[in-house]
Amino acid sequence: MSSMTESIEHPLIVQPDAPQNVREAVRQTLSNAMIITRREMRDSFRDWRIMAPIFLLTLIFPLLANVMTRMFIGFFEDNGAENLLPQLLPLMPMIVGFFPISISLVIALETFVGEKERLSLEPLLSTPLTNTELYLGKTFAAMLPPLMASYVGVTIYMSGLIFGAQQWRPPLLLVIQIVLLTTVQALVMVTGAVVVSSQTTSTRAANLLASFIIIPMSMLVIFESIIMVQPYRRYLLWYVSLGLVVTVVLLIRMGARIFNREELLGRSLDQLNLRWAWRTFWAQFRGLDGDFTLRRWYRESVFPTLKQLKTPAGVTAICLLVAFVGGWIAAGVWTVDLKQFDANDETLLDRLQYWFELGQNNPQLIILAVAQNVRVLIAATILGIFTFGVLALILEMVPFALLGFILGQVILNGLSPLPFLLAVLPHGVVEIPAIALAGAAALRLGSIITHPPDQMTVGEAWLRALGDTVKIGVGVVFPMLVIAALLEVLLTPRVVEFVLSM
Amino acid sequence: MIEAHELTKYFDKFLAVDHITFKVEPGSIFAILGPNGAGKTTTVRMLTSILRPTSGWASLAGYDVVKHPTAVRSKVGVLTEQHGLYERMKGAEYLNFFARIYHLSAAARDNRPLQLMEHFGLSDALDKRLGEYSKGMKQKLALVRAMLHDPPVLLLDEPTSAMDPQSAKLVREAIKDLQLAERTIAITTHNLTEAQSLADRIAVIRKGRIIANGTFKELSERFVGAPLMELHVTEQLNGAVQELQPLVDVIDQGEDWLRYRTPNPPIDNPNVIRRLMGAGLNIVTLSEVTRSLEDVYLQIVEEDEGLEKKNNVQHDGVN
Repeated sequence: MSSMTESIEHPLIVQPDAPQNVREAVRQTLSNAMIITRREMRDSFRDWRIMAPIFLLTLIFPLLANVMTRMFIGFFEDNGAENLLPQLLPLMPMIVGFFPISISLVIALETFVGEKERLSLEPLLSTPLTNTELYLGKTFAAMLPPLMASYVGVTIYMSGLIFGAQQWRPPLLLVIQIVLLTTVQALVMVTGAVVVSSQTTSTRAANLLASFIIIPMSMLVIFESIIMVQPYRRYLLWYVSLGLVVTVVLLIRMGARIFNREELLGRSLDQLNLRWAWRTFWAQFRGLDGDFTLRRWYRESVFPTLKQLKTPAGVTAICLLVAFVGGWIAAGVWTVDLKQFDANDETLLDRLQYWFELGQNNPQLIILAVAQNVRVLIAATILGIFTFGVLALILEMVPFALLGFILGQVILNGLSPLPFLLAVLPHGVVEIPAIALAGAAALRLGSIITHPPDQMTVGEAWLRALGDTVKIGVGVVFPMLVIAALLEVLLTPRVVEFVLSM
Repeated sequence: MIEAHELTKYFDKFLAVDHITFKVEPGSIFAILGPNGAGKTTTVRMLTSILRPTSGWASLAGYDVVKHPTAVRSKVGVLTEQHGLYERMKGAEYLNFFARIYHLSAAARDNRPLQLMEHFGLSDALDKRLGEYSKGMKQKLALVRAMLHDPPVLLLDEPTSAMDPQSAKLVREAIKDLQLAERTIAITTHNLTEAQSLADRIAVIRKGRIIANGTFKELSERFVGAPLMELHVTEQLNGAVQELQPLVDVIDQGEDWLRYRTPNPPIDNPNVIRRLMGAGLNIVTLSEVTRSLEDVYLQIVEEDEGLEKKNNVQHDGVN
């Protein structure tokens, strides 16, 4: 036997035991991921182009910020505005913490695509590491050095204020809030950048796509600053943190799902192939081979797509119900005395009579009702695209919460709920399912990027979901909204009038 | 063992690998030859579970490449087309990194890199940064990386490219040693001499298809015919050649030399000599004309191109 080989029966490898439980599996995954993390971090620490800005932002920038803050404090005190200081002082540690974590974006963007460019990725992909281990290892490596730098920077800055001449004593909760925000912002940027890095073929393309991370994050920091200067609203920052944590979870899920070896070595986002995009969208919208007839389209394309929306439709329906119940509960907490509005059946009838006549004389109201609903649903869908479908749901939940709130007020004021129900139900029977369906399609469109089907790229999965969304919108939701508008303008007032005049 | 059956890979509509089937037994070396873009790298990537086959299946060391990708990758050592090293790392750090990924024991992590680096004459370079390595050193280090966990299967893409002759010889010997140790080895290469000297079986791949597969002897007999003999005599041949025609196929001749093909030299050669001597001619030399893998390869590719052209013409005719 050669000196280079061992007996096949006695290999060198000490195979780790198969994990006995979830905890053990997680430990093994993290242990393997850390092999990657350690190597990458060592590489980062050896690269002066990464270390120099981190060093400057960690040590020099906090000191400069400290000097600047002292000047501001002096300025405010000289002008008798020292009472504003507790509002403004927490702003700077947020910024001091944010700058070093911006470096994480540079490292994370480079993490996969850089290796691809240096041709060192394939040997790594040929090892027994799982996709999750590779993905987590790279993510930790991109996140840890800037995050440590950020903590050090914030500590240096705040130490200067706490132990310096100012003797600033920030509340512990505020410090925790700032550290938490900094951490989750870093996580969002890194997880987002790793996703971008794993889907591009050049560092240049990754850097160009980074604007999709930098712009929203910058806007978020401005939004947080606005909240921060209003101490009585700082509780909102906990919700911002929670929202960012949810975003991180979705991005990690998306990253782990779309990360695969084939994508890394093959496909790219570098070129926008509009012709292919249009073909994919159109094929999905049409959903038919051969001749197009409306009947065939509904039977072979629209109805099967409706079936696929079962799960998101269920989720949407539950959310709308929760919003309605939430509105009802809120009515119990903030009860309004409706008697002050002189609300009774007679006044209601008068108003409905007016609306009925208005509808009779102005058929364009039907168009207005359709247009209003279409506009809201399109806006919700667009917002859903950028928020994994979450904002689409929230936007559609608002009217249902209002309905619950109003119905709650009616009942709590001892009024009959009948007029209210009659004013909603005749057209609501059609409109509510239409909204739920549109919400389901928007939710699917927004969230598909976190779990594209096997053997499908993110782009392809998204374009197909877009084709389905437009198909459901045109083929089902829009006709239902037209019917609902007709009922709302022409039938609902008559029903109310008929019942109340009985 | 490596086994591929009807393995196919499409990239969108482009057919990169077209229903290829082959088998590599333990302790043998299989060479995959073919021009650039023929589908060699795609095949290797499918065998290492990096790319998912569109259809067909393959197994490596008994594991299905689709169902058990992690097991497959732990059983294979891969030398990629581009060695792709981390230039800021030192040789020892680099090997330790991969040793950890492959879960080598602590003792093996210490000893194995030293042992292999010494074998390839790189022990002095363990503490050097990889950016300082020469091309040949990098290639050798990449080979060490592939062998680090002593895998039962090795897939080596151009194992001796960028190496000086001495290093290339060292690597070829190492590959032969691995073969003796019952490792299953597949190499892809443009170096036909190397393939001829190393491989037990050779597959020629073109446009994603295996167009020839066999031992060198089988391929050369099939594509360039039976062994070619060259004979020199002292006098002019004159009409002596006519007497040989029933025995062997004379394909060329000069005043005092001739070339003939024979499927069975041990039987035919003595008869040829007897006849010529009977005709009063004295034999100076009789030897086999050496045929290289290059001749065979070029012939295989040429025939396939011809076949393709013919099919295209027929196809156009039908249309």
